[in-house]
Amino acid sequence: MSSPQAVGDLVSQPYKYGFVTDIETEKIAKGLSEDVVRLISSKKEEPAFLLEFRLRAYRQWLQMREPDWAALGYPPIDYQDVIYYAAPKQQAKKASLDEVDPKLLETFDKLGIPLSEQKRLSNVAVDAVFDSVSIATTYKEKLAEHGVIFCSISEAVKEHPELIERYLGTVVPSNDNYFAALNSAVFSDGSFVFIPKGVECPMELSTYFRINSGDTGQFERTLIVAEEGASVSYLEGCTAPMFDTNQLHAAVVELVALDDAAIKYSTVQNWYAGDEHGVGGIYNFVTKRGQCRGDRSKISWTQVETGSAITWKYPSCVLQGADSVGEFYSVALTNNRQQADTGTKMIHVGPRSRSTIVSKGISAGHSANSYRGLVQIGPKAVGARNYSQCDSMLIGDQAAANTYPYIRSQQPQASVEHEASTCRISEDQLFYLQSRGIGFEEAVSMMVSGFCRDVFNQLPMEFAAEADKLLALKLEGSVG
Amino acid sequence: MIRPDAPVLLEIRDLEARVEDKAILKGVNLTVRAGEIHAVMGRNGSGKSTLSKVLAGHPAYTVTAGSVTYRGDNLLELDPEQRARIGVFLGFQYPVEIPGVSNLEFLRVATNARRAEQGHEELDTFAFEDLVRERLQVVQMDPAFLERSVNEGFSGGEKKRNEILQMALLDPLVAILDETDSGLDIDALRIVAGGVNQLANADNATLLITHYQRLLDAITPDYVHVMAAGRILRTGGKELALELEQRGYDWVDQELAALEAAQTRTPAEVA
Repeated sequence: MSSPQAVGDLVSQPYKYGFVTDIETEKIAKGLSEDVVRLISSKKEEPAFLLEFRLRAYRQWLQMREPDWAALGYPPIDYQDVIYYAAPKQQAKKASLDEVDPKLLETFDKLGIPLSEQKRLSNVAVDAVFDSVSIATTYKEKLAEHGVIFCSISEAVKEHPELIERYLGTVVPSNDNYFAALNSAVFSDGSFVFIPKGVECPMELSTYFRINSGDTGQFERTLIVAEEGASVSYLEGCTAPMFDTNQLHAAVVELVALDDAAIKYSTVQNWYAGDEHGVGGIYNFVTKRGQCRGDRSKISWTQVETGSAITWKYPSCVLQGADSVGEFYSVALTNNRQQADTGTKMIHVGPRSRSTIVSKGISAGHSANSYRGLVQIGPKAVGARNYSQCDSMLIGDQAAANTYPYIRSQQPQASVEHEASTCRISEDQLFYLQSRGIGFEEAVSMMVSGFCRDVFNQLPMEFAAEADKLLALKLEGSVG
Repeated sequence: MIRPDAPVLLEIRDLEARVEDKAILKGVNLTVRAGEIHAVMGRNGSGKSTLSKVLAGHPAYTVTAGSVTYRGDNLLELDPEQRARIGVFLGFQYPVEIPGVSNLEFLRVATNARRAEQGHEELDTFAFEDLVRERLQVVQMDPAFLERSVNEGFSGGEKKRNEILQMALLDPLVAILDETDSGLDIDALRIVAGGVNQLANADNATLLITHYQRLLDAITPDYVHVMAAGRILRTGGKELALELEQRGYDWVDQELAALEAAQTRTPAEVA
């Protein structure tokens, strides 16, 4: 299968999730203004504090400039040409799945996320978000027995406004950056997770984001709070139909871990990446940050980024508590004309805080893949430690890989280690494996999963194999 | 062991091949029967390594004329992995390192690919471990090498032992060993050659590509072929290698020059 023609055939493998669901959608007019912000808030029947939060963010956003420091190139985004709210037409969220539009259930079935009682995953609770709204959350009752709250953020605003008011915007302030401000002004839906003191969440939690409308932006907001001694593992997945226009996606995720709490946040991102000429695809501008507020708390990010035309994303940890732990495990794969600028920030504040960064970038086709990371050790972080490892793999000779590690230490008694490497899947390596009877595609996939093993080992079991397959699928035909 | 009635495993006829725009093989003829050990000798650039790569199906080499059959079937139309599965093995001069891919897992996948072709059942992790531990004896290799990435950080000798280990697991009918002796000290050479001798039997054949006589002191060939300028210039028994050792390759150059002169003469002159 190593002939160029065979390789070409494989490249044109269609994006599996590119279909559009034909469903009546309620959309507001294009454009962004204070009135639009008020309209979104009123559609969601929000309390006054949240409207204030949105309006403040909107006004801050107006004063800000879109960042241009990332190694990304794209035409200017017209923020007035985006629809900021779209929802499938149905009344308020249904109490039972039986009342949900069957077309929506079918959509999630097709995506491999069955929601109905009979078919749903047995050990994973799922919140399914379609365009701007959450349509269903499974296992809510079972989780409630343990005191765990898992619901859409809109629902949480209504049912637990005190928790939202206490935590929303405390990790990522609304003026944190341009895209976070935009999200804070117009965010539509997302998930809320609250694990009370001492509770170990009895199952995996997962949110599945689906963009369906072609001209709509998606601005989801996720907030996860783990109280003292609580722990949770959460996974998000995302897909979108194929359109030849670019779509804006600007999400904010905030994590809060109190004393001895642990949050594991995994992402398998597979937004539509555009075609081989770079037409279409999602612009993915995401702010993800976790705050280890408590002593001995732990936040671990694992991401497998395979989709989107543009990825701008730096899941970070603020390590405030003494002996707190931050981790970042990342595989970012770019192919064709995709561009990714991704990495992490580990901000060490508390004494003896520790962080680990393992980043694996794979660039194929004409893509560009950059790791950008900051390790900052504050003056009080006595005995803080960091270990970073950034590896890049190049496939073909047209792809680019960059590494931008920043280290700032104000603490002489801290240790920071950084290792980096670049490798290439060479024709000789492939030939070697082939000459032992291993097929071309399997050889590529063996080498890529070997390269990513340190990261895949961090994914929840159910998803590690999935991620392996996804990568193999994305890379099919990119070598040759 | 030469048996005139033994089945032909490999038949190379008038084989010509190029890499990029450069013609390297210019008409190679060679017949290999079961039970035989052939040595192909020659200077650097004579085309002997190219011959091994072409037989294994390296994509950088293009066959421009001639044929190669393996047990009567056209070998050249097969992908490299198919050639390996049906029993053609290439031991590399410079085995590549493959970081992140576990040597044990690699050996298991390769062995199972060959076994599937042979109609044997697939070996699971445990069954395979038993097999690999037994085969490690052939090259006196430390099991610790199984836990590492393929060839990563191996010394030259360890890489060559890993090659022979693969040969022991894949059980090929035609093993082509490209400069297996290069970069080996005396002890490693003895171990590697011992492995090759153990694996040779009446049903398979070995093609040793080598520069020096010293490998042939340890593995006795049935035939020695001398390659120059992309052709096999002369074929003889094991004594030909000794002659080459004594007289050096200059003698080959003279013979080649004479041959080329003969070919450029016009038909009238020949008459």
